[in-house]
Amino acid sequence: MTYNGRDVEAQIIDLLMARVPGGVTVSADTRIAGGLGLDSVAILDFIMDLEDRFDVSIPLDRIATVQTVAELSSAVEALVKGPR
Amino acid sequence: MSLLQKFAHIRTGLDQLTANGRNPFELRFEKILSPTEALLDGRKILLLGTNNYLGLTFDPACVEASSRAVRMAGTGTTGSRIANGTYGDHALLEQRIAEFYGRRSAMIFTTGYQANLGLIATLASQGDHLLIDADSHASIYDASKLSSAEVIRFRHNDPEDLAHRLRRLKDRPGDRIIVTEGIYSMLGDAAPLREIAAVKREMGAYLIVDEAHSLGILGEKGRGLCEAAGVEADVDFVVGTFSKSLGAVGGFATSDLPGFDLMRLACRAYMFTASLPPAVVASVIASLGRISTDNSLRARVLASCRRLYFGLEQAGFEVGPQPNPIVSVKMPERESAVQFWNRLIDEGVYVNLALPPATPGSLYLIRSSVSSAHTEAQIDRAVSVMTAVGSELGVIDARRPRRSPRAGTARSAT
Repeated sequence: MTYNGRDVEAQIIDLLMARVPGGVTVSADTRIAGGLGLDSVAILDFIMDLEDRFDVSIPLDRIATVQTVAELSSAVEALVKGPR
Repeated sequence: MSLLQKFAHIRTGLDQLTANGRNPFELRFEKILSPTEALLDGRKILLLGTNNYLGLTFDPACVEASSRAVRMAGTGTTGSRIANGTYGDHALLEQRIAEFYGRRSAMIFTTGYQANLGLIATLASQGDHLLIDADSHASIYDASKLSSAEVIRFRHNDPEDLAHRLRRLKDRPGDRIIVTEGIYSMLGDAAPLREIAAVKREMGAYLIVDEAHSLGILGEKGRGLCEAAGVEADVDFVVGTFSKSLGAVGGFATSDLPGFDLMRLACRAYMFTASLPPAVVASVIASLGRISTDNSLRARVLASCRRLYFGLEQAGFEVGPQPNPIVSVKMPERESAVQFWNRLIDEGVYVNLALPPATPGSLYLIRSSVSSAHTEAQIDRAVSVMTAVGSELGVIDARRPRRSPRAGTARSAT
């Protein structure tokens, strides 16, 4: 399956919206840690959902460099295109 | 802004936690009376949260060996094995561990945390792929951070998911190293190790199993889940701790792979820290000897954990997936978990309060750990106190106890 960048970002936002409390909005600039009230374990569980959705594995060191939804989207997109 | 300002959120959380009760991180026992009792605020309290699975902390032979060693060899080794020398008992304990597991060699570490940190971070190097269970202990996560390998989490206790993630690696170069635990410390659930070992064989990976909570508990000889599941030959490295069933402190790793001893000169968590003191090493030699020759402790702790697990389940609590020496009950939310824990202490029962993010699935848990030193009367008292407090706080409905299809096992086990 192929995805373009906007698909990836939109799907990440959908998946995140399903996990955060009602009323919290998520955009490309949202910071994933600290910005959404999700603790570190909840974030890693969300990443697993993401991995299943896009059929990629996101290594922990890669997750550590990501702060915003847009950055996560770029990381996923790069992995979808092929291993680094 | 102060350097410490970034920890302000911890203060906020702590203030909320202690607003109406004790600080669980600073509970101070005035005196430890036995493996199952202590004095807290001048009152006797039942210890049901100390991981003292085989109750060996006051075993007369272990205490005597430890006392003799401190008199003979002093209070500390004052240095690391590679820089300052190995004592005879360090080497003897390593030999005994290797014999116990039927493996070529063993290395001891100063704590169980360091055993995982050292072994995993050293084995998994640049270009390798480390696959860890999502619910791994902090020491495994910290080892992953320290390793220069690529780290991938697989869904907890899910061999299919592990296989899927291994297949995703396709033909990329590098060794695959899988890390799993025997019994997981929060819910007491065991890994599906037979299935994980099958994945390991099929995909050509290495397998590390941390038996911290299963050493001395599972398997005919007490060697843990690897033995109980019949997959010892598939497990390349067993890691464990001396701080739970063996009643002291320290950790170990054992392997049958030739060349394992070279890890002593590669593993920084082994090389750059002081070695275990003589008193600890001597008591572990004694406690390991005891569990190698005496199955009665294991039988007793397993009977007691079934008594607690099924007792709580019948009372209406939601317990973990299987009866092991860790018995956790799920609380509906944070406030009732904190209240429940405080009320149990009021009633003279000490258990652990386990809250997110330290718990899987953001669960609020009251975690007990059972010891072979617990009497049936102590376990029954714990069940009745927890049931009374559970009803008082409305977390269970005591008039409608949960009927367990497995309750017969509890009766036959007691």
